[in-house]
Amino acid sequence: MYSVRRWSVRHAGGLNRVYNALENVLVALAPMFRAIGYERLERPMAFLERHVKGLLFDCKMCGQCVLSSTGMSCSMNCPKNLRNGPCGGVRANGNCEVKPEMRCVWVEAWTGAGRIKGGLDKIRVVQLPVDRRLEGRSSWLKVVRERTDPPKTEMKK
Amino acid sequence: MIFADEPEAGHPLPQLPGHSSPGRLERVLRAGGFAITTELAPPDSADPEEVYKRARVFDGYADAINATDGSGANCHMSSLAVCALLTRIGYAPVMQISCRDKNRIAIQGDILGGAAMGVCNMLCLSGDGVQSGDHPQAKPVFDLDSLSLLEIGRTLRDESRFQSGRKITSAPRVFFGAAENPTVVPLEHRAMRLAKKVAAGAQFIQTQYVYDMDRLRAFMRGVEDLGLLDKVFILIGVGPFKTAKGAEWMRNNVPGMHVPDALIKRMAGAEDQAREGRQVCIDMIQEARSIKGVHGVHVMAYRQEESVAEIIDRSGVLEGRVPWYPDRDKNSDRKTS
Repeated sequence: MYSVRRWSVRHAGGLNRVYNALENVLVALAPMFRAIGYERLERPMAFLERHVKGLLFDCKMCGQCVLSSTGMSCSMNCPKNLRNGPCGGVRANGNCEVKPEMRCVWVEAWTGAGRIKGGLDKIRVVQLPVDRRLEGRSSWLKVVRERTDPPKTEMKK
Repeated sequence: MIFADEPEAGHPLPQLPGHSSPGRLERVLRAGGFAITTELAPPDSADPEEVYKRARVFDGYADAINATDGSGANCHMSSLAVCALLTRIGYAPVMQISCRDKNRIAIQGDILGGAAMGVCNMLCLSGDGVQSGDHPQAKPVFDLDSLSLLEIGRTLRDESRFQSGRKITSAPRVFFGAAENPTVVPLEHRAMRLAKKVAAGAQFIQTQYVYDMDRLRAFMRGVEDLGLLDKVFILIGVGPFKTAKGAEWMRNNVPGMHVPDALIKRMAGAEDQAREGRQVCIDMIQEARSIKGVHGVHVMAYRQEESVAEIIDRSGVLEGRVPWYPDRDKNSDRKTS
């Protein structure tokens, strides 16, 4: 919801801390996830994520969340799907070129980033092209897997 | 400047050490010249002569010609085709790539194809939204954004591989550019965004229209503070207004246009508004040139392309230099030092 989404950016600092805590909890649960099987958890977890993040951020389920790098403003709400915005068409009042009634997602992102510890460093990192295969999948599970079970190719020396 | 190794028209220049491309624009910039680029509006036609006709009006005044890629989300001849036509006779085009209409498979193919056709400069853009053009019912693609596009272009060139990792046998020799808008919000983060583009692979920048020199100066100070001045060539976007009303219309209807009231007043108060518009443009060029880190201007004169020669001539920024054009070196009546 648009109003909730804007509330989330206003409280980016707190939300980011909650988010980090949640991530640590999920990582601690990794052995359990592994026992159940990640693929079996995919659908319930994606369902949960879709609703929680949908409410708070208007999450579009890209499956590769970068919220903590974008001031808790979901960049997939940008009509141009910019992951490294803003574009050059931002209106003088800070609203979107494509949707004049909507605040520019990236104006919000830079504001939110200022409210997160280290946020202005993270927003400067260039985000690589989106992997469209991950759309609709849980990015929380992806993070847990990456942190506890790094891909084998990276382990090889 | 005449390059000693000037090839037969239509053939590439030898690529110099430290250069990414065998192109004329990179040569001029790296040699310290004040570069002039301009913009050709691709025709709504399949006739190549219409492209050449539009290019010829810039003869002797432009180091490179941008071919827009469905600008304003309107349908025209493709940028790739315009560029390929231009390279055939020796012009130095800048191929614009917008992320609006193509996914990464098509775009990477175009980068290879463009380079194979002798296109040495490519400008990586996000693109206008489809709602602003003549086909608002079209699907906006936006598989990439301008930064991930830069990253992909650089990977093709420097690592000889597609984004998928698959190897290519001959890398495209391309000078990559990007756009930036120094005069719209969030102003305080625009320089930082430029830094991101440089980090992603932008070697030159052509800005959107700049009509507010105070904002430009503040932006350039930000660019300097970030230590970017020796990492990227910045060309400032300028263009003449025909009338005060037109200026106001553009301010209200073209995304990303910031035009100060004082400028519109100046236009409105002039007897010959079109002439005043060109004079404003000349003033902007001269002022931009005095700013540290500005390496040239990008003149966008949509539907008044014929005014570019006069504007550049009267601005004096070429200092007698005659940018290459077909038959330049055969003409004896023009100074070509």
